[in-house]
Amino acid sequence: MAADGALIVYFVFALFPVVWMVILSLKPTNELFSTYFSFTPTLDAYRTVLGAGDDRGVPFPRFFVNSLIVSVGAVALSLVIGLPAAYAAARWRFRGSENLMFTLLSFRFAPELTVIIPLFVLYQKLGLFDTYVGMVWVLQLVTLPLIVWIMRSYFSDLSPELEQAALLDGYTRKQAFFRVVLPLVKPGIAAVSLLAFIFAWNNFVFPLILTSSNAQTVTVGALSFLGGDRPKYNLTAAAALISAVPPLLLALTIQRYLVRGLSFGAVKS
Amino acid sequence: MALTTPPAPPDRPAVPGGETAPVRPVPGWRRSLRPYLLIVPALLLTGGILYPFGLGLYYTLFDFAASKPRPDLVGVENYRRILSQSSFWESARVTVLYAVGAAAVETVLGVSVALLLHRASRVGRVLEKILILPLMIAPVIAAIMWKLMLQPSVGVVNHLLEPVGLGGVQWTDTPAGALLSSIAVDVWVYTPFVAVLALAGLRSLPVSPFEAAAVDGAGWWFTFRRLTLPMLWPYVLVAVIFRFMDSLKVFDIIYALTEGGPGDSTVVLQIRAYLEAIRFQRYSFGISYMIVLWAVVYLVTMVLVRYLGRIQNRAAEVPK
Repeated sequence: MAADGALIVYFVFALFPVVWMVILSLKPTNELFSTYFSFTPTLDAYRTVLGAGDDRGVPFPRFFVNSLIVSVGAVALSLVIGLPAAYAAARWRFRGSENLMFTLLSFRFAPELTVIIPLFVLYQKLGLFDTYVGMVWVLQLVTLPLIVWIMRSYFSDLSPELEQAALLDGYTRKQAFFRVVLPLVKPGIAAVSLLAFIFAWNNFVFPLILTSSNAQTVTVGALSFLGGDRPKYNLTAAAALISAVPPLLLALTIQRYLVRGLSFGAVKS
Repeated sequence: MALTTPPAPPDRPAVPGGETAPVRPVPGWRRSLRPYLLIVPALLLTGGILYPFGLGLYYTLFDFAASKPRPDLVGVENYRRILSQSSFWESARVTVLYAVGAAAVETVLGVSVALLLHRASRVGRVLEKILILPLMIAPVIAAIMWKLMLQPSVGVVNHLLEPVGLGGVQWTDTPAGALLSSIAVDVWVYTPFVAVLALAGLRSLPVSPFEAAAVDGAGWWFTFRRLTLPMLWPYVLVAVIFRFMDSLKVFDIIYALTEGGPGDSTVVLQIRAYLEAIRFQRYSFGISYMIVLWAVVYLVTMVLVRYLGRIQNRAAEVPK
């Protein structure tokens, strides 16, 4: 009983901000500062944030679409590049493999600003500043290590005898990989892709410095509602909630696989 | 559990296609080249990131800044200046305070939540499903949410605290309050991370030692100290390492919540680097800050990961 009580206290702390944002986002602008728990709910804030009628000129729907494009792009590219690398790292131990893997993991721990300033200079020169290509390229830093490390642990879990049997049946290596190995790790691939998508979606530093308006994402966009001398809390709350919806939905669908993903395969679930 | 341990057996293909496969003989050079071919794209991409990193290192040897179109080669002058500046040491102090504070609270709270959930009452099973919610919200969005709640006069936190006489707290407007508030946001976002990992650990522990302890009539505290905690430690340690490393390089939470203020009270190293490089456009100086932070994080990671490897190996020897 006491245990349940303690748990409930923690979960109130964990859930209250979200509930409060919902309340705040439903408040009409003129009631923002007056009463607290009694008000007439309205969807005006959502209309303003999602529509064109924003007096601050923040094109939030565009930022939302931008986030979708660059996150999907980064995940797709990371899969194409990361799956073979993960497979190789799981099945062979070759010169430099551990160093390469550790280098990849070290991206996870490197302060983002270390590469971002040189990238900013390079992007200005190459015309990649504020472009989708530029954002996809840099979000690799987030998604590729995740995909390689976790998929390596999935591939290592499969018995090599599976491929052996396939080869004896007359499959080539390539066929064995595509027809035997890949289908078996499909759930893993799906889970890690969604998790990588969430990481890319939630990233803040890269879009903050490497985009200005064309390729800006929701994380930076939501912040721009806070500016000004009279911040509109309801708009900010609505923007914050909208930008949190995709990661939350995805997280609920891949919950089973989250542990391995979050810990980069260091803890298996 | 393979953060450090290499997965595959020694220097030959762990799978056939190699020596033993009878079908379609592949020339030896192609066989030994195969893993490299598979990994080349990742290698190139790694290079694509290492290049700007190298470029950044190179910039730090100059006094490259917006105010100075023709940078001079200054060698290690940037680093010398950083290490002799009191503002650097102040930032380092704030960063360590933040990282240690956040990681410590998250560890204790996260492990506690995991232990409670592990007891699996019906309430626990329902709550467990929503445990990861805060973790999936972008930290910057979480900081925005908390910023709205912590507003001194109109925020809901003070409104709720009014009845207990704590109504007018200036959460983010005093140095100590700003640091505590940002740690609180970090705790809100990342406690579930520790809890989820610890819970996974708890679920994978062998049952028999606990049964034996129960038969011997061991109390809760004894069981926790002598059995649960030692066996759980490798899992918790993974979480602690991730949390400590991540909070050393905190940026988005502080950027959105306090912007480093009031004064310089929450200017952690990444924020300092951001201000120097982006706002004041002293590029070389800002990058030098980051390189220093990177070196520290790298060294600490190496030490911790090595320690983790030892712990995991020891854990692997314990018969289950």
